[in-house]
Amino acid sequence: MIRFAAIRLVEIIAMLALMSFVIYALIGLMPGDPIDLMRSADPRMSAADAARLKALYGLDQPLLLRYAGWARQALAGDLGYSRLFAAPVWGALLPRLGNSLLLMVPSFVLAFTIALGLGTLAARHPRSRLDGAVNLFCFAGISMPTFWLALILILVFAAGFGWLPASGIATAGSSDIADRLRHLVMPVTTLTLVSAASYTRYVRSAMREALAQDHIRTARAKGASEARVVVHHALRSALVPVTTILALSFGGLVSGALVTETMFAYPGMGKLIFDAVMGNDYNLALAALLLATVVTMVANLVADLAYAWLDPRVSYR
Amino acid sequence: MKLPLILLVVIAAASFAAPLVNAILGIDPNVVDLLDRLSGPSLAHPLGTDELGRDVLLRLLAGGRVSLVIGVAAALAAAALGTLIGLTAGYLGGWTDRVLMRGTDAMIALPLLPLLIVLAALDLNKLGLPARLIQSDEISVVRIVALAVLVGWTTAARLVRGAALVTRNRDFVRAARSLGAGVPHILWLHILPNVLAPLIVATTLSVGDVILFESVLSFLGLGVQPPLSSWGSMLSNAQELITAAPLLAVYPGLMIFLTVVACNLLGDALQRRLDPVTARTR
Repeated sequence: MIRFAAIRLVEIIAMLALMSFVIYALIGLMPGDPIDLMRSADPRMSAADAARLKALYGLDQPLLLRYAGWARQALAGDLGYSRLFAAPVWGALLPRLGNSLLLMVPSFVLAFTIALGLGTLAARHPRSRLDGAVNLFCFAGISMPTFWLALILILVFAAGFGWLPASGIATAGSSDIADRLRHLVMPVTTLTLVSAASYTRYVRSAMREALAQDHIRTARAKGASEARVVVHHALRSALVPVTTILALSFGGLVSGALVTETMFAYPGMGKLIFDAVMGNDYNLALAALLLATVVTMVANLVADLAYAWLDPRVSYR
Repeated sequence: MKLPLILLVVIAAASFAAPLVNAILGIDPNVVDLLDRLSGPSLAHPLGTDELGRDVLLRLLAGGRVSLVIGVAAALAAAALGTLIGLTAGYLGGWTDRVLMRGTDAMIALPLLPLLIVLAALDLNKLGLPARLIQSDEISVVRIVALAVLVGWTTAARLVRGAALVTRNRDFVRAARSLGAGVPHILWLHILPNVLAPLIVATTLSVGDVILFESVLSFLGLGVQPPLSSWGSMLSNAQELITAAPLLAVYPGLMIFLTVVACNLLGDALQRRLDPVTARTR
């Protein structure tokens, strides 16, 4: 187990190094070049000035050399300076990551709770009317464009009734907790509904499989109550595949809330990545994308470890 | 099975017959009429007009054509590429298999949406593509299809590889091999037919996924570019007028939703029909 985790960690680091190079090269292929931007902002700059600046910043060097320079600094903990935020990259990144978690954790917990409840109910009564309704909810949820759901929520609750704020993280100048919570309601609802739908499908099919096992019949035969059969015997084995999928999806959530964050103008990681890419803020975009990659890969590792931990039959050796 | 199929056929037929409808009604969906902006439903414009006085219904149909073409083209291309990779990995096995499948695993372990945004924002001039292609109106469509294929091939590759691994040691394949059949012949005639059912199901489901994916990119301004428009780009425009004309945002979203639901339901029904073993516990 420890050996397995160690090998995976090495793999993650190798993958990160590879990704950092790929992203570095890709960012160089995006439109706009910092020196060209300066030139367009200042008509007095001549071509000679531009060439001199390019040499000064090392932009005339080959890609590999430039990457090596960036990597050396990054390994020393210096990710550079964000033009968009006019602050060091770390300073721009960390508060956004915090905001993202504030959005992600409640929606994740809510979605999981809903999925556990609905999925178990549907699995216990397959082909019933209830199962049909749950199925309908799942299909609607996975087919719903996230931004459209967000738009409808804004239309109804912000523009229509005026109950909730349509965007942002807090009313300007207010440090009221209730105000921050009110700003969280709609983004959290959007994320919850969308992810609950796909989680429910996984829970339902895992529970269906678990309830069909022989040991469930044994448990019933020896007189265990229905609640005990479902919670203690079926849920335990159903949770194994479900946990894996949840851990996998949590990694995706950190960057995957991009659409929701953009819709509600919520300053989280997803919106940060989008703004950095669109605003030609290379240092920030690179660091944010790498951070998202780290989170996703660590979540995958956790998924694998949780699998072995929950299911004693699985061993990584 | 019937209902989603009918829904899809109706949406597709209406979208592809849109030029015909234009000709019959004598309305051009691209004609701007600034005196008739944001009007409500009327006989001339059943769903009203948008912020430039264009007919919303006709624009929905025209946008549907773009969205559907992208969805089907990308799903088919991704299935083809995935099949090729999966067959190679599964049949040859060994070292080839390990490299290809590690690649597939790595794709799944990446935060795809942010990376796709970077890819969608790339400057095609710096990639050295021919200028005629870059300047054509359809370049944004080609780009989205390429991106969707890039992320979409893994599903088909895994499915096909798994089936190829199982099938390649079956007796009829050994028999074909001992009779001197070449590798392409075996792959095409003996292995591929055995994965066709799950492959069709996966491709149907991925049409819906691609349409969602296209709408997200278009919504972020990185997808279909004018003069073409898709449901996603219509939604993106409508978002700015959300308080003045909320219905403009409701229609294209509803179309995306209905089409994707239909694809998912159809895929589910196909699975039950074609692949009863996997579908049994569902």
